[in-house]
Amino acid sequence: MNPDEQLFDEQVVRPYVISRGRTEARANLDLISLAVAIRQPTGLEVGLDPEHLAIVKMCHRPLSVAEVAAALDLPAGTVRVLLGDLLDAGFVAVQDPQPEVDVLDERMYRAVLDGLRAL
Amino acid sequence: MASVPSEKVRMPTPVKLLIAGGFGVGKTTMVGAVSEIRPLRTEEVLTDRSVGVDDLSGVEKKTTTTVAMDFGRISVGDDYVLYLFGTPGQERFWFVWDELARGALGAVVLADTRRLSDCFPSVDYFERRGTPFVVAVNCFEGAPTYDLAEVKLALSLPPDIPVLLCDARRRASGKEVLIALMQHAYSKRPVAKV
Repeated sequence: MNPDEQLFDEQVVRPYVISRGRTEARANLDLISLAVAIRQPTGLEVGLDPEHLAIVKMCHRPLSVAEVAAALDLPAGTVRVLLGDLLDAGFVAVQDPQPEVDVLDERMYRAVLDGLRAL
Repeated sequence: MASVPSEKVRMPTPVKLLIAGGFGVGKTTMVGAVSEIRPLRTEEVLTDRSVGVDDLSGVEKKTTTTVAMDFGRISVGDDYVLYLFGTPGQERFWFVWDELARGALGAVVLADTRRLSDCFPSVDYFERRGTPFVVAVNCFEGAPTYDLAEVKLALSLPPDIPVLLCDARRRASGKEVLIALMQHAYSKRPVAKV
């Protein structure tokens, strides 16, 4: 088991406590929205909880909301709130999925097909 | 939504595909076979209480059921990353389906010829929602084999829906199915209004 998982294995703190009672994230993040760290916390910031720091640490490469939630063993809703905080504070950047209404992008289909064939 | 990555960070665009089908049909197996990461999942062991709720005939060996989402990831080049979500197997989780289907480019409906009717709800769901899908018949040992045309007929699928055989345990087979899905989704993509 990796150390990140170990850290939050004992679910003694309720998810809504971690998100300080908030259930709605300000950013409307999808399950597959990708987050990547763009600034490292100094440790002196006010308002960053261990979960925030854990997310910044694991997002040294782009990870989806779903992956962060699985790694921290937290509900996706809680992770959305925490990622929203980090986005507002400028610690992470977020890439949203290809919008459904905009699936006109021929380039995308070709790139995905080529990528699958090359597996 | 103010979520533009800074220029320094080059991020792939995430793309979502779904693997649907009846309970015990091999959705998680297929996600695991093609994913580059160990599939991440939340599973709940069936308890006595679910007996009578979950129909286990024909899949006696399966002891757990997926009640939340499980998913895998495939990076395709530098620009896109595919996320494959196995949909919860039981109809009482429709609300999760709506969340999952939003923004999905397409879906694989896995079918088991021993319990073909199990995939009807998935077929109906994607037809109604207009999500492009293909039907992949998972070739279980000991399951009766049918001609693909027979399966198509039994599911009363429109002629343009691809139906193919697969082995959900094999990566190469899963890859073939995903390629068929992407080709189909491409042919079904919304056409720009001129």
